[in-house]
Amino acid sequence: MIDTLRLTAEDAARLIASGEVSGAELHRAYLDAIAERDGEIHAYLTTVEEAEGDGVPIALKDVISTKGVETTAGSKILAGYVPVADSTVAARCREARLPLIGKTNLDEFAMGSSTENSAYGPSHNPWDPTRVPGGSSGGSAAAVAAGLAPWALGSDTGGSIKQPAALCGLVGLRPTYGTVSRAGIVAFASSLDQVGPITKTVRDCARLYWIIAGRDPADSTTVEHPDAIAIPQAEDLKGLKVGVPKELNEAEGIEPGVSEAVNRTIELCSELGAEVGETTLPRSVEYGLPCYYLIAPSEASSNLARYDGVRYGLRVGNGDIRSMYEKTRDEGFGDEPKRRIMLGTYALSAGYYDAYYGQAQKVRTIIRDEFTAALGQFDLLVSPTSPTVAFPLGARTENPLAMYLSDVLAIPPNMAGLPGLSIPCGLSEGLPVGLQLIGPQFSENLLFRAGHALENALGFDYVPERLR
Amino acid sequence: MNWEPVIGLEIHVHLKTRTKMFCRCELEYFAPENSRTCPVCLAHPGALPVPNKRAIEMTVLLGLGLGCEIAERAIFHRKHYFYPDLPKGYQISQYDEPLCVDGRMSLATADGDLEVGIVRAHLEEDAAKNVHMGGAEGRISGADRTLVDVNRAGTPLVEIVTAPDIHSAEHAKRFLQLLRQTVVELGISDAEMEKGSLRFDVNVSVRPEGSEELRTRTELKNMNSFNFAAKGIEREILRQVEIYESGGEVVQETMHFDPGNESAPPLRSKEEAQDYRYLPEPDLVPLEPPRELVERLRAELPELPGERIRRLSAEVGFETAEGLVTSGRDRLYEQVPGDRTAVANVLMNQFAATGIDPADVNAAELAKLIEARDRIPRQSFIEALEASGSDDFSAERYLGDGQITESGDLEPLIDGILAANPGQVESYRSGKEGLLGFFVGQVMKETEGRANPKVVNELLREKLKV
Repeated sequence: MIDTLRLTAEDAARLIASGEVSGAELHRAYLDAIAERDGEIHAYLTTVEEAEGDGVPIALKDVISTKGVETTAGSKILAGYVPVADSTVAARCREARLPLIGKTNLDEFAMGSSTENSAYGPSHNPWDPTRVPGGSSGGSAAAVAAGLAPWALGSDTGGSIKQPAALCGLVGLRPTYGTVSRAGIVAFASSLDQVGPITKTVRDCARLYWIIAGRDPADSTTVEHPDAIAIPQAEDLKGLKVGVPKELNEAEGIEPGVSEAVNRTIELCSELGAEVGETTLPRSVEYGLPCYYLIAPSEASSNLARYDGVRYGLRVGNGDIRSMYEKTRDEGFGDEPKRRIMLGTYALSAGYYDAYYGQAQKVRTIIRDEFTAALGQFDLLVSPTSPTVAFPLGARTENPLAMYLSDVLAIPPNMAGLPGLSIPCGLSEGLPVGLQLIGPQFSENLLFRAGHALENALGFDYVPERLR
Repeated sequence: MNWEPVIGLEIHVHLKTRTKMFCRCELEYFAPENSRTCPVCLAHPGALPVPNKRAIEMTVLLGLGLGCEIAERAIFHRKHYFYPDLPKGYQISQYDEPLCVDGRMSLATADGDLEVGIVRAHLEEDAAKNVHMGGAEGRISGADRTLVDVNRAGTPLVEIVTAPDIHSAEHAKRFLQLLRQTVVELGISDAEMEKGSLRFDVNVSVRPEGSEELRTRTELKNMNSFNFAAKGIEREILRQVEIYESGGEVVQETMHFDPGNESAPPLRSKEEAQDYRYLPEPDLVPLEPPRELVERLRAELPELPGERIRRLSAEVGFETAEGLVTSGRDRLYEQVPGDRTAVANVLMNQFAATGIDPADVNAAELAKLIEARDRIPRQSFIEALEASGSDDFSAERYLGDGQITESGDLEPLIDGILAANPGQVESYRSGKEGLLGFFVGQVMKETEGRANPKVVNELLREKLKV
């Protein structure tokens, strides 16, 4: 009997290598777990019956195009859309012989922080099904936390990997922008989108990152990672300087229980041999979120223009072209994509571009400079990943701004193109708290090393209490 | 009041790369509908553009040919509008940081050189083709449905924008001809209007002569030949002048030129100008053409048509020089030795009428033919020119070594000789057939040996028969 709740990808690989279990048997075990528990969790939009490959099975967020397997981005406008080709990351998983378990739920077009914006209904947090798993990669996080996948890929534009990983007690990496191909990833905001792993352990995270990372000729914005693959081993933080940015740790809205868990972990950093000090990002936190909500919707309004009912996906109406466009997009898109299309269209309009999109890009440069300065003094920066633990379903759906604030701490490093690793660092009111580790560009190996040492010392149990 | 026309041009040229601008679909003009498509040019979710390196090189080459500065850093932008021929909902184009800027092309005219500023030349992708069904001649009016052929979507396209430096329809036409020839010679496009690989729009306004103001302009679109363009511009100039002279104001609008009824009906008013919501293309990194590449291409630039017109004008006069160059016959002209005026005239008249590609012609053989053209019958000369494009063309056959081979040319001569020698004719007919040599000798004497002996023999035998 395989305990999918506890099995890490590393354990699974060991079992496969020793011949104790085959990839197909593992795949079947996860499908059985899905049959048992996904009615409550709703992590998956699609499952794949036949195992293809003899490696550790994987779940992919439904923005990741998979050849022959429906890819909807959580939207009605793409209902029934079956890609003719794999995305580069799906192809790399295939080459690594990882059988696809299925496609996971998400906020429509990855726009949201709770999966409640999915056109196919929300996912539920395995720690407490009355609460959200975070988002937009909430389905991937819920699947791994509920033992419905050993590991999964999500995508992160403004915190969509780090925040659900935090809310589900998992490890999530938002990689350095440009190290993972976006080819075949349903685009939300191209200058920010990045695919990354959601896993139970930092070592699993490192393994999966190195499977998907690297330059891709099909994505002009990718580069080869300058470092070699390293699976973390170190158990201390000796020689590392860890910075605690005041604004990221004292921002309004951070729950006391979250601060406590994070502060305890910061103390643990010292105990593990790190040199800990305070630093500052004077404008990044205040301006990060507003700038993000100009840049991301602007690019989204452009990226979503292709869903016009002409070539694939939903088409409503057979009259003149304008009414076909209007009906298709009105019925095909949910409220959040519509809201962002309107915001973005406005921000890019003649006469407003300089004041909005142009200005936001300038602020983005300032944010980048602030991080560069802080990371000049410290090897890593730490903060809570999310200001709160998982919140109840429906709590923020009527207030978009409250929902947007879920990512206020995750967004600033994203704006600077920096990698961020979220690891679970304790519980608050019985729900997981995430610690965000931020490093310079291409510092993934350093993040893995520190994350692994902390994870080891923290001894956090990633199996949700109620499922143990 | 005298009115001065002010004309600016926007020319679109398809580059003749093997594949599309941002994907690897092959470019083929007459392939079955939608057979040259892929997720990128069909704008499937997540598909990303990858720029065609060859197209960038061709654009740099064109920019150099037009005397432009090649930007050290150029940016692709997204230009948004909704239309079924635009799969992504935006066109990848260039906006405020194009690849080539600030050039000029000098148009030799009978009254000296006209300098036309090239504001910019930028690289973009073409749209798909909408095919309107159910109406007349595939036009949108009357159609009951529209099909989209995506084969053309993503074809690399260079847009060249001139300054409003042109002041007559004739010069606009000549500029277009010269530009077309330049593009063809640079090897970057076949620039054929029938195929749609060359298209242009014309902006026209008028102003009181001597004034520097720029008044409201109208845009003429979809003109399908240089001659129609010239006519359309003429008509638009007159129309605007009439409006001003009757106290009216010209309205900014786009005219769709319809050569069928020779009128230019308004296409759409630009009062509600399109907002294209330009956005720097986040899927592409800035284009930074390496300086070594730019310098290598600069060194490879051939002598361009404008320069050649100027050089040849000294030999044959401006108009013939321009004709030779813009028709692509000047290379042949330069290869064919002989009297300059004679060669130019033959190339621009009788040779032009044959429609033969000058590149197929053996210059040395053509030279022999032109040199002998006064000595051979006009019909033979034309026939020879018509054959001059074939691989095995030889002038000899038509010159016949200067021999007179036509019976029609020889018969009157022979008749005269027979009439002048009745005794010898009588002797021959009574059996002295050896006298045939005497008659042949007479013919050769008369023709200074140029008569074809075989033809002469045959004609004499025939005529001396009893």
